[in-house]
Amino acid sequence: MTRRPKPEPVQVVKERRDAALRAIVHGVPFIQFLGIEFERRGDELTAVLPFGERLIGNPLLPALHGGATAAFLEVASIIELSWSLIWEEMESGRLDPKTLDPGHLPRLPKTIDFTVDYLRTGLPRDAYARARVNRSGRRYASVHVEAWQDNRSRLFAQATGHFLMPGRGDG
Amino acid sequence: MNEQKQALARQFIEAIPYSRALGMVLDEIGDGVAVISMPYDARIVGDPETGVIHGGAVSALMDTCGGAAVMSHPSNPGGTATIDLRIDYMRPAKPGQRITARAECYNITRTVAFVRATAHDEDLSRPVATATGAFTVERAEGRA
Repeated sequence: MTRRPKPEPVQVVKERRDAALRAIVHGVPFIQFLGIEFERRGDELTAVLPFGERLIGNPLLPALHGGATAAFLEVASIIELSWSLIWEEMESGRLDPKTLDPGHLPRLPKTIDFTVDYLRTGLPRDAYARARVNRSGRRYASVHVEAWQDNRSRLFAQATGHFLMPGRGDG
Repeated sequence: MNEQKQALARQFIEAIPYSRALGMVLDEIGDGVAVISMPYDARIVGDPETGVIHGGAVSALMDTCGGAAVMSHPSNPGGTATIDLRIDYMRPAKPGQRITARAECYNITRTVAFVRATAHDEDLSRPVATATGAFTVERAEGRA
């Protein structure tokens, strides 16, 4: 009978996961430009778009720019998909997050198409998004994402996107 | 669309904070067609390895351009908001090159405006992205 290995200390596990997430998020200039952050609970990610004046699209209302909302949803989708791809490699020990420096980041999926539904006006306050990978194939993936502000059940936008998986099919 | 109205539209679009942050410039507008461009900028890169800009930055250009096309339609809508927008990414935009979007409001009803748009970099023979969208039509003030 084999004895179970002793579980890793919780701080070691957290540090490894947070380092991997930081590496993929901070490596992308556009994510920094928008100021998007990610909160993590286990493998669940929530994207946060802190409000900033530069995100306004209609100064009279005022309302978030549809392009800022779309970008936020697309970023949330791509990071969720990348995260789901590196999660298993990281947890099995095949990928050491310490090797993820700016020159050695995992290749990101490429957007094939992205469709945004604008359900309500984006208010001048923080926005949140969670994405779900509905299909993750060898070459293609389909991801759905929902965004809200004050109430989780009152979405202000949702989107579906198709992505080309990194390192395959794109030559 | 007369020159005064065009100048107003230019001021209006170039004053939108998010469009300003991306450096958008209105190149042409009138009769349901708008052309808006934005410069390449290291801050909007989505793939640090290749320097290709993020799709999300192209979305903003398509959305702004689509809204401008609706506003310039001869039926003179009082305002508009995006209902939905689908973007198809044909190829990565060449790093360093300006992106130009052309949107056309090809049909409008009392309540909905239908738009299609195409974005190019400096190679005009192959689009970077295409988009289709539906926009709301708000009545102009003073018309019931």
